[in-house]
Amino acid sequence: MKSLLHIIEKLKPNFEKDGKYPKLKPLFESFETFLFVPAATAPAKGAHIRDAIDLKRTMSIVVIALLPALLFGIWNAGFWHFKSQGIDATFLQEVVHGLIKVIPLVIVSYAAGLGTEFLFVYLKGKEIEEGFLVSGMLIPLIVPVDVPLWMLAIATVFAVIIGKEVFGGTGMNIVNPALLARAFLFFAYPSKMSGDKIWISEFSSGEGIVDGFSGATILGELATAPDQAAFNALHDKYSIADMFFGFIPGSVGETSAFAILIGAAILLYTGVGSWRIMLSGLLGGLAMGLLLNLVATPTNPYMSLPFYEHIFLGGFAFGLVFMATDPVTAAQTNMGKLIYGFLIGVMSIIIRVLNPAYPEGVMLAILLMNVFAPLIDHYVVQANIKRRLKRAKTANVSK
Amino acid sequence: MENLLDIFVKSVFIDNMIFAYFLGMCSYLAVSKTVNTSLGLGIAVVFVQVITVPVNWLMENYLLKAGALSWLGEEFADIDLSFLSFIMFIAIIAGMVQLVEMIVEKFAPALYNSLGIFLPLIAVNCAILGGSLFMQEREYATIAEATVYGFGSGFGWAIAIVALAAIREKVRYSHIPAPLKGLGSTFIITGLMAIAFMSFMGIKL
Repeated sequence: MKSLLHIIEKLKPNFEKDGKYPKLKPLFESFETFLFVPAATAPAKGAHIRDAIDLKRTMSIVVIALLPALLFGIWNAGFWHFKSQGIDATFLQEVVHGLIKVIPLVIVSYAAGLGTEFLFVYLKGKEIEEGFLVSGMLIPLIVPVDVPLWMLAIATVFAVIIGKEVFGGTGMNIVNPALLARAFLFFAYPSKMSGDKIWISEFSSGEGIVDGFSGATILGELATAPDQAAFNALHDKYSIADMFFGFIPGSVGETSAFAILIGAAILLYTGVGSWRIMLSGLLGGLAMGLLLNLVATPTNPYMSLPFYEHIFLGGFAFGLVFMATDPVTAAQTNMGKLIYGFLIGVMSIIIRVLNPAYPEGVMLAILLMNVFAPLIDHYVVQANIKRRLKRAKTANVSK
Repeated sequence: MENLLDIFVKSVFIDNMIFAYFLGMCSYLAVSKTVNTSLGLGIAVVFVQVITVPVNWLMENYLLKAGALSWLGEEFADIDLSFLSFIMFIAIIAGMVQLVEMIVEKFAPALYNSLGIFLPLIAVNCAILGGSLFMQEREYATIAEATVYGFGSGFGWAIAIVALAAIREKVRYSHIPAPLKGLGSTFIITGLMAIAFMSFMGIKL
């Protein structure tokens, strides 16, 4: 650590105003502060400082919380690859295959996103805002493992520019940039983002695939089940433990509810993620799932999927823990967070079950509620104002 | 009853005037600076839609459509006046908007002042004429269906403008690059909102 600090101290003069590369100072500073708290911080007793944690360290915690899902996703990618080929692979082989597949996604996402951010910082001549640290990790976790890297790069650049930079950068965006990147991919290249060929590494080429092996996600298969019998047969392919621990095909980081739960625990313990959103979202999903269970008809067997399994399947857990709790795009008021989270849960299940065009609805549900979050806040604040005015008036009268 | 509910949900979310057809954009972009004003305009649009769509439905079915005049007598049965539908619809809309304008001026002068020119301009709001023309194209069978459709499409438009206004109130304090300030960023926000509304596309009712 000390030698690192030494190197950084030595390089520093180059980026000062009279140094060699003054224009690159934001770039240098951002790398410096990845590891070291900057010397120039706000005064210790600043009126607005309530916590020792700042934006960059908040983001680091989210990235740490994402690691279990990432590690599991790496192994799962290898696991399904060898399973689809019918090869009995060792744990090590599976991890190595997963690394080869997933690490390039992470690198491309960070390179494209940070590159775009640096470009904007350079043009604006402002300090770097490290908003992309989390988005850059989220994007590879919510795409199918086989997504072409150039598509990922385009989507990332699109999301950073249209989703964030046109509104002035970190903290000012309306919709979650990572979700916007995924939505962009989803609508621009539907053949690479949905269907039953893309979820398992090297499945789409069709070479060496075991006969009759289906590469679809559980939700994708269940959504197309024609009747109750077919639905039950598909449903019994996986046990609840498989769904909970994530031994199912899907986007890289979304499959294991268990790994996500570890991340959620980290977020909740550190107070970085809002428990209000997670709890109310969970309740909303369960309530809507239960309601659909009760009104299920034989013509739409998807409705009869047990409501608690919705939580483990697809991106529900991942979206709720890491995307819905994004402090920028979520509702800001406490009451608003409860409403916002609940509606995300409800909408996810509605889109999933009732919209035949999409077997999965978490992404669009969160985007939709991102759009309505400012409105929710507005009315929560108005209601507060009204209530307090009333209280003040009655207090005056009683005097 | 279920049919009416379907029409309502479809016209609010799936066939949203703004996000599915991009109709009525001018007042949508211009009057969405604050939530309260846009809510007022939204209610005005809902009101106008609820009146004009059913009235236009009556026009369509008893005056304009091929054979609609047969209630007058046998000799009128093969008259087709549908070439007049544009002018009839817009005349009724203009009349209704005058009515709304007078009501708003009388009962909510503050709202009347903040809406300014855009209140009379509802008359040429494409969402309003669009509502009547969609009613004609989709051939709603009863006046109840037409009324529910009018209410739903107006309501969808109102939701869209109020949500946009809340977002614009929020981004007022953002460092939006100078060339995109105002309308530029509003167009981008509208596009992002439309992506979010894609979640309803494909729902079959």
